Amino acid sequence: MLDVTTNPESKAQRAQQDEPILTIEGLSVALPRGADRPFAVENLDLEIHRKETVCIVGESGSGKSVTAHTVMGLIGATQLKPVAGRIMFDGADLLQMPPDRLRALRCVGLSMIFQEPMTALNPIMTCGAQIDEVLRWHTDLNATARHVAIVRMLEEVNLPDPERIMAAIPQQLSGGQRQRVLIAMALILHPALLIADEPTTALDVTTQAQILRLLKNIQQNRGMGMLFITHDFGVVADIADHVIVMQHGRVVEAGRAEDVLLRPQHAYTQALIRAVPNPKPKSRVERQDAPVVLATSDLGKTYATRPLFGAPRKITAMHGVSLEVRRGETLGIIGESGSGKTTFARSVSRLIEPSSGAIMFEGTNIGSLNGEALRPYRRQIQIVFQDPYRSLNPRRKIGDSIVEGPVNYGIGRVEAIDRARQLMTFVSLNPEALDRYPHQFSGGQRQRICIARALAMEPTLLIADEAVSALDVSVQAQVLELLNRVRREFDLAMLFITHDLRVAAQVCDRVAVMSKGEVVECDSAQAIFQRPQHAYTRSLLDAIPARHWTFGEM
Amino acid sequence: MAAFVIRRILATIPVLGMVAVIVFLILRLTPGDPATLLAGDNATLAQIEEIRRHLGLDRSIVVQFVSWIGHLLRGDFGESFFFKMPVAALIADRIQPTLSLALMTLIFTIVIAVPMGVIAANRRGTWVDHAVMTFSVGGFSIPVFVLGYLLIYVFAIRLNWFPVQGFKSFDAGIRPFLSHLLLPSLTLSVVYIALVARIARASVIEVLNEDYIRTAYSKGLTNRVVLTQHALRNAAIPIVTVIGMGVALLIGGAVVIESVYNIPGLGRLTVDAVLSRDYPTIQAMVLLFSFIYVMINMLVDLSYAVLDPRIRY
Amino acid sequence: MTNSLNVAPAMVVETPTKRAPSALLRGLFQNPAATIGATLLVLIILVAVLAPYLGTLDPTAIDPASRNALPGSVSTLDNGVGGERSYTHWMGTDSLGRDIYSRVLYGGRVSLIVGLSVATLSLGFGLLIGLVAGYVRWVDAVVMRIMDGLMAIPSILLAIALVSLSSAGLGNVVVAITIPEIPRVVRLVRAIVLSARQEPYVEAAISVGTRTPMILFRHILPNTIAPLIVQGTYVFGSAILLEAILSFLGAGTPPEHPTWGNIIADGRALFRIYPHTLLFPGIFLALTVLGVNLLGDQLRDTLDPRLAKRI
Repeated sequence: MLDVTTNPESKAQRAQQDEPILTIEGLSVALPRGADRPFAVENLDLEIHRKETVCIVGESGSGKSVTAHTVMGLIGATQLKPVAGRIMFDGADLLQMPPDRLRALRCVGLSMIFQEPMTALNPIMTCGAQIDEVLRWHTDLNATARHVAIVRMLEEVNLPDPERIMAAIPQQLSGGQRQRVLIAMALILHPALLIADEPTTALDVTTQAQILRLLKNIQQNRGMGMLFITHDFGVVADIADHVIVMQHGRVVEAGRAEDVLLRPQHAYTQALIRAVPNPKPKSRVERQDAPVVLATSDLGKTYATRPLFGAPRKITAMHGVSLEVRRGETLGIIGESGSGKTTFARSVSRLIEPSSGAIMFEGTNIGSLNGEALRPYRRQIQIVFQDPYRSLNPRRKIGDSIVEGPVNYGIGRVEAIDRARQLMTFVSLNPEALDRYPHQFSGGQRQRICIARALAMEPTLLIADEAVSALDVSVQAQVLELLNRVRREFDLAMLFITHDLRVAAQVCDRVAVMSKGEVVECDSAQAIFQRPQHAYTRSLLDAIPARHWTFGEM
Repeated sequence: MAAFVIRRILATIPVLGMVAVIVFLILRLTPGDPATLLAGDNATLAQIEEIRRHLGLDRSIVVQFVSWIGHLLRGDFGESFFFKMPVAALIADRIQPTLSLALMTLIFTIVIAVPMGVIAANRRGTWVDHAVMTFSVGGFSIPVFVLGYLLIYVFAIRLNWFPVQGFKSFDAGIRPFLSHLLLPSLTLSVVYIALVARIARASVIEVLNEDYIRTAYSKGLTNRVVLTQHALRNAAIPIVTVIGMGVALLIGGAVVIESVYNIPGLGRLTVDAVLSRDYPTIQAMVLLFSFIYVMINMLVDLSYAVLDPRIRY
Repeated sequence: MTNSLNVAPAMVVETPTKRAPSALLRGLFQNPAATIGATLLVLIILVAVLAPYLGTLDPTAIDPASRNALPGSVSTLDNGVGGERSYTHWMGTDSLGRDIYSRVLYGGRVSLIVGLSVATLSLGFGLLIGLVAGYVRWVDAVVMRIMDGLMAIPSILLAIALVSLSSAGLGNVVVAITIPEIPRVVRLVRAIVLSARQEPYVEAAISVGTRTPMILFRHILPNTIAPLIVQGTYVFGSAILLEAILSFLGAGTPPEHPTWGNIIADGRALFRIYPHTLLFPGIFLALTVLGVNLLGDQLRDTLDPRLAKRI
């Protein structure tokens, strides 16, 4: 982003002012021998100016995070090695800098925040002491001055009651609060550059929106440069001035945010952007006439902890949930972490026993059935879990995993394998792969196998519990497409549990929004997304990054 | 916090109760008539009868247990068959050498093993690390009595630096006390050091992989500060835990080492009791050592509250 | 979606690799420590098995004529057919004139038998109890209280107390050493069962109607194998040590049996003058346990890195 100016007098002055804070030229980082490719990052260039946010966006394995860690000099202990290029910051090459000078620069010149606020703070030190460490290390301020500075900084990141936060250990704070503490720690010495490595990925959508707004505000107030790593084009649209798209360690496209987002040139960028689910639901035919498969009434789950001293404590995970799903219909359950959506899924699939209410499945209350009485219903309710890497027994061939259920219910092995082969084809996998082991498949492929395993039972109700949340966006789009196809061709009822509203808009006919264990609103997907009634639903919708971008329609 | 302390103290009761039951049952569940067994091959019928009455074997097993526990709680460990005196008095006589040996070993271990483990973790993969790990696996493998005799032979007999065997009470002066204690303590601490150094290394390595260590580096802290302020403090709990669990090794080692170095302590008393089938003394020693072990591990657990604020809140 | 925190994500994702058993073995023996350990162990086993063919005498034969002979000294023996032959005591003789070389070689048999039996028995019982405890709640409550009690007694003391009451014999020694080992195996198995129960693939098996015994056998049991093999090597090593300690204290295998502990115990009285009576069995004992531990460490690192922190 070189400034083109026609005025020769002010050129020097401008150049002074607009000199990039950070310039990376031809950076290559080598992977250890034996990896699937020679470089984690290959020949990367970028520039960051004051007040500018540069987003590096890419899927897992693209090298975006390695780039961020390399700038910060944090890859020393790993097997990664920068082998070419320069990282110029404040007139010096960070790659050539002696370790003590690099250390002196951290938090002073450039700072970094990370993806996992839950684990990024030392669990046994108070937050105040952890921020104080930065000041003690890099400044000569006395205790009082440091205290004042910390309080002021905590206020700047909008943490109420700074004194309480300072005295707290990380465990006492929420994820959003912890990320704010980390931001305060990173920014207390006013660095010129902040590197943010997926800082909102682990957070709920409403918290994510707040943190993004906060970062943007501080950046504008201070005139700081920001290198922002993300996989989410919604976040990119919200925050980026300049975008760099990476794939397999290489930059495939770079340019101003509007250009890249609206007029992507490279096929990979186009595919990525197309894969971002559109938050506008398609209009669907309501299935009022279809039979009700599942109806829960007043379903609740409480966990009791009985300490030796003091009154027993009850934690209500879910309360008074009454929902129904019809054949051929997909009901979305949307909620943030702790909303009770997964408790609902696990109760309905009877992995746990609800403490109150009824689960009417095709007319029978299966909420209180157990053991053999439950068995005939188990086969009709199948569930696909979030983590594709743990959902298949690593020691069993996937064919054995798929036929396990049908064989349990007395279907002959030969017949079951035959059916498994058909299902493999249906989920777009090679039927010959049935005698391979799970580790030979990618995450998206494993999720397809899990879907095939569920379909092998010919279920009436399929529960997808955050089934696409762990997948990269391009893979996610394919699995969503598969789930839509499943619903059409198998004519089953589907419960789709997700925290991602964009995804819900893509697959759900009706949507129930859960918060703090209760359903706050349940309506057709169109109504929820276009005429939300409940304040919580509205806040959720407002928090969708780049809500009004219609990526999917490009 | 207070609830945590009380809970942890109360939690020792079922464990100690179970230990008492086990120790009690070991004799009763032995095949054959325990009285005949205890009396030995040359006993007269009258002696067997005497033992039977002494143990209360003519009463029901529950009554026996209750009366035994009742005596225990009053500090009455019974009367030694062999020494013909109360076991409690025997213990009082013999406790000083064992206590001195254990404390000295504990000090050696902590002072040597923790730095060893931390340095190995910090210099992972280098020759320092390999040396520590080699020492550790060697220390686990060499039997404590073989090592004892080896050290006696080299340092006491060949080099004549230390007295060969025996024990001098603290009252006899600090120099003889220490010179008699040094070699046995060193012997005993080798396996303990091997254990603690290994766990310290593993724990520090694990902590060094945590996200908050990366955060600490990104603050610009030096390696030394990250290691001591962040890594070691977080690794403290597993280290303290293993020091507590290692007390079992210490106790077992003391039983052996007191025989090797001819130290008149509780370990030696245990062996003598076993060899003379002095059952009341064996029972008392097993109970006493287990009690000490459980208490030390309770203290270790209580120290968590100091080491880890998450437990306090 | 969640980008791995690993700073080298390119290596972690989408690169499935297959670990064949042969590759696993190769990985194991790339490390010199494992090779040394295995070699030591194989040598000791060979020596113990082939003891009668390695120029040994009857390990219990007393020869008053050559007591406390130094290593390398030669004595004349009856060759059994009326004549005489000379015999070199490579490791000397003990105070009863028994050949230490022969006793040490035969002693290896006892140690290995004890190690193997204790490992097999404690793994077997531990696995059984641990599986049930991990899956049946009320059993868990009862069993774990007993295990806590057993673990609160330092194992040497528990073993001593157990042997002190039973009539002397190898079988009783094995039982006395096995009992203190069982709780550790139970805890290990139980912990694995409890964490495996949470795995989504186990829940998936529940959802497709697999019955509990089959879930235990098919999906949970295989998780215990690698840790149990590792644990087994450590039990093997510590059982050999414990047997030697019991013998040494005079509370184990009857003194006439040639075990390493017994040989050392015999040599104690005169060890200032004749250290060799202690030295040779001591070396064999230490090398055996060293071999087992080296192999165990490497097995653990290869099979189950998470175990590194357990004892």
